[in-house]
Amino acid sequence: MSELTITVIRLGFLAVLWLFVLTAISVMRSDLFGTRTAGVRPAPVPAPRPAKPVKIKPSKRNAPSKLVVTAGTLTGTTVALTEAQVTLGRAPDSTIVLDDDYASNRHARLYPSNGEWMVEDLGSTNGTYLDRSRVEQPMAVALGVPIRIGKTAFELRK
Amino acid sequence: MSSSAPSVASASVNSRRMTELFLLIFAWGLSVAAYANAGYGVTNEWPPGLVGYAVTLGAYSLVAHLAVRQFARYADPIVLPAVMLLQGLGLALIYRLDLDDKSPSERSFGPLAPRGDSGIQLIWAAIGILLFVAVLVVIRDHRLLQRYTYTAGAAGLILLAIPALLPAQYSQVNGARIWVRFSGFSIQPGEFAKLLLIVFFAGYLVVKRDVLALASRRVLGIDLPRGRDLGPIVLAWLASLAVLIAERDLGSSLLFFGVFVVLLYVATERTSWLFFGFIMFVSGAYFAYQNFGHVHRRVEIWLHPFKPEYVTDASYQLVQGLFGFSTGGILGTGLGQGRPNIVPYANTDFILATGGEELGLTGLMAIIVLYGVIVHRGLRAALAARDSFGKLLAAGLAVILALQVFVVVGGVTRLIPLTGLTTPFLSYGGSSLVANWALVALLLRVSDAARRPAPPPAPTTDAETLVVRP
Repeated sequence: MSELTITVIRLGFLAVLWLFVLTAISVMRSDLFGTRTAGVRPAPVPAPRPAKPVKIKPSKRNAPSKLVVTAGTLTGTTVALTEAQVTLGRAPDSTIVLDDDYASNRHARLYPSNGEWMVEDLGSTNGTYLDRSRVEQPMAVALGVPIRIGKTAFELRK
Repeated sequence: MSSSAPSVASASVNSRRMTELFLLIFAWGLSVAAYANAGYGVTNEWPPGLVGYAVTLGAYSLVAHLAVRQFARYADPIVLPAVMLLQGLGLALIYRLDLDDKSPSERSFGPLAPRGDSGIQLIWAAIGILLFVAVLVVIRDHRLLQRYTYTAGAAGLILLAIPALLPAQYSQVNGARIWVRFSGFSIQPGEFAKLLLIVFFAGYLVVKRDVLALASRRVLGIDLPRGRDLGPIVLAWLASLAVLIAERDLGSSLLFFGVFVVLLYVATERTSWLFFGFIMFVSGAYFAYQNFGHVHRRVEIWLHPFKPEYVTDASYQLVQGLFGFSTGGILGTGLGQGRPNIVPYANTDFILATGGEELGLTGLMAIIVLYGVIVHRGLRAALAARDSFGKLLAAGLAVILALQVFVVVGGVTRLIPLTGLTTPFLSYGGSSLVANWALVALLLRVSDAARRPAPPPAPTTDAETLVVRP
């Protein structure tokens, strides 16, 4: 093999190797934002099921898109909100499995109703607090208002 | 839960499996190119088994990809291609060393794939991928592992202790007693103990972290834990010292203690644990340096590798590796153009020196960034995981990989004393490769759970829900 060919192959291989690395990194970058917003997108086929009474009003400007844990052992955990309810508790099938001695197995749930997210206490021992008031019956949750369960706090964000 | 994947919610979430497939094909192409390049560089003709090799490697990627598609649909799309590329590069480098080391009859080619060390490594890779698939199939939910916290801990310790208890003729290779040798066949149980102990650490710390996070006094801005809470860290320290003394395995002992301390920190959010861990590490290291000949020797070699009495013997390997790096320079000599086989154990401990010589600093950086990408994705999975055990498990797996790469790269480049750990996925060696494939499977399992859209509403049994009164 000539000197030139060797050099071309050598540099070419390194270039393609780095191309792979950079591709992987660009996938990572798109991934940081990609799935989050994709998960939030209101279901793409809203039309075929008009009879369903409970439904988020699509494309409401400041509708919450995620539930963020702001205090407690799970701080930083984010759950993208879809049409499904979000259950909070220590039971392993909860959407967010709380690791909090002051939480009950099935502590509370968040569900969408008429374009708003409601929080409902499921008969927990220590109660659920929306900001400072105890949740006795389902209450609407505004953006950025902390929901407190034991040592854990959540809030809705855009 | 895993059976209810195709729900309304999941339809709108991109699982990114096509991205993974694209990256896998890219990685496959690069691996085959590296292999062909290495063969052509040394012998000036295309490797005879090239097509068979390409097909084999493609089949490996396809099997792993289909398994992820089927059993961990939402898992991270980057980890598997990065791992495949590292393994492909490793195989190409091992094959390249075979070409110089083995006599033509030893490396005579089968119709499908190479023989020699790279052929054996190819078989180990197949076993590793089968284990990868098996882990994904058997462990459908990583929380299952939490049930076996103490079982995993006991099994891990036993695996770790086996080589120390066996007679030296069955366990000792080049000074380190970390092997179990049968007739012509040897494994390192410590590689598997690594995974089991991480499961144990994660399960244990989930339960005990509230206690360990208690701080009693604040001295000089550091929260000092109570004396009795120091128990676990002291035990971990003693165990890793025992590994060091009984098995003469510097690397593993450092790895276990490091992972435990980092997980303590992750679980309790107390920097004081890092502080304590560091002090204990330094005192332990100093004690070992003073009292054990093999540790003392390693440090001496590290500090004075070019001393005339070491260069031809004790530090020969390290120094030849350094010469390899310097020959490679920024851009390397090109695959097959260098002489990396001068370094003893070039295809295990010093595979990075081979890479550094033939791919140069540029190629070495790419390899290190690939490890960084895998570790980053592991830590992302830990951040996104919805349960504490998953968080600690993913963090532990990512950290042990990072530590191992740091210790190996640091040792080979003389940043820290050489310890003789394997380079994950690159080095020749079955146990390490197979165990690391299992590690990747666990990481993808946690990642799948973390990235899966919120589970569809549990069958609403709210009415008869039993509330446990704590």
